[in-house]
Amino acid sequence: MGAKMVNFGGWDMPVEYSGILAEHMAVRTKAGLFDVSHMGEIEIYGSEAIALVQEVTCNDAWKLSDGQIQYSGLMTVAGTFVDDILVHRLGPAHYFLCVNAGNQDGDFNYIDTINRFATEVLNVGDRYSQFAVQGPRAREILQRLTPVDLSAIRYYHFTRGAVEGVACLIARTGYTGEDGFEIYFAPEHSEKLWDRLMDAGSPLGMIPCGLGARNTLRLEAGMCLYGNEIDRTTTVWEANLGWICHLEKGLFLGHDALARQQASGPSRILVGFEMTDRLIARDGYPVFIGEQNVGRVTSGSPAPFLKKNIGMAYVPFDRRTPGTEIQIGIRGQKAAARIVKTPFYKRPK
Amino acid sequence: MYPTNYKYSQEHEWVALEGQTATIGITDYAQHSLGDVVFVELPKAGAKFSAGQTIGTVESVKAVSEIYSPVSIEVTEVNAALANAPEKINQDPHGAAWLVKGRATNPGEMAKLMDAKAYEAFVAEKEKEAGA
Repeated sequence: MGAKMVNFGGWDMPVEYSGILAEHMAVRTKAGLFDVSHMGEIEIYGSEAIALVQEVTCNDAWKLSDGQIQYSGLMTVAGTFVDDILVHRLGPAHYFLCVNAGNQDGDFNYIDTINRFATEVLNVGDRYSQFAVQGPRAREILQRLTPVDLSAIRYYHFTRGAVEGVACLIARTGYTGEDGFEIYFAPEHSEKLWDRLMDAGSPLGMIPCGLGARNTLRLEAGMCLYGNEIDRTTTVWEANLGWICHLEKGLFLGHDALARQQASGPSRILVGFEMTDRLIARDGYPVFIGEQNVGRVTSGSPAPFLKKNIGMAYVPFDRRTPGTEIQIGIRGQKAAARIVKTPFYKRPK
Repeated sequence: MYPTNYKYSQEHEWVALEGQTATIGITDYAQHSLGDVVFVELPKAGAKFSAGQTIGTVESVKAVSEIYSPVSIEVTEVNAALANAPEKINQDPHGAAWLVKGRATNPGEMAKLMDAKAYEAFVAEKEKEAGA
């Protein structure tokens, strides 16, 4: 395949195939296929499964119906992120969590330790492979391989069905800002499914994509990356993810800390910025407002579709307004940038 | 692949010496490792560098790479075309996408660099490590 590989959380992962620019543009204009089997999976079974999910996450899992998915946070008692996850409700007594690769075992141990309910928590990352088919032509491509009516699966919903005869969980989710699907299946079918998907997608312009494009696509779409924007030091309010936090659902880990911070207001908040200077901001570069070093860039990169250099950073809450001029420290210079609204990119409807 | 009249550094720069004039660029291995190049920062004509000093920066979508001068040089010309077409570094790293030219102030340093054959063996070893 000619892919450039990198070791990521114990997985040998392709960073890029034909090049990040080409892969990024393919996903924005046609389609891209990602092997994201490194992502972890945890299943929660049992009559009190909902009680455990509610206790460890900040979003309200009671709002889920069967076949529905929710973006959520696995919280510490301080209201910070153990991980950001997708909660799938397979049934009233069965939840399926998609978690970050590097956090798989940590998440499992955390949830299992908290578990005092009539539920069983299973660490099942090695039972699933995962592919993401993303882009405006993703549905058309995947539809060629499955009898399931994909147009009937709404955004953040899923169904179980066969793709090329392989039993899959087919979810209308993604990490690119485009329409698309993420499919989960038993690892022994990986090679066959990859080849069939490429056969079906190539004539429509689909190309294989690596972690490099996955990162530029999610950044353009203003999505957080665990370890960059969010971690055990950042709260949902600070990460501008208040929409996934439902204090009114009742007590959960981090509830009280988050209630206190909501009352006092966070002192810092995550914002997007674009460079007005020609230089490129990168992860970790210092952020200045005037003479004051106010923080660090959490993610910075060229945005291939927007043809701008963009990034995200934490800034003091009272300096968060779009239009605010900031500077990024780049090789000893202070390069001009401006806070902008996120997402940087929103797909045309 | 690697021109035999060039010399190569362990940091993946090449240098060609004609008379006293040195031309410096990055190697095909370097551009391939970086991926799509989107930005190049070069010194000004007249700037002087010792061997091993940073003379500029090449950035791809995913990475920043400093360029070290393989020999001591007084820069007389930079490749201005790269400012608007940095992708040339991916397309023709050993030719049209040279970075700087200048007077080699200590040409004896050329002897410390690798020839094409040694450099090819050097990158083959790197690729083996990466593939392992």
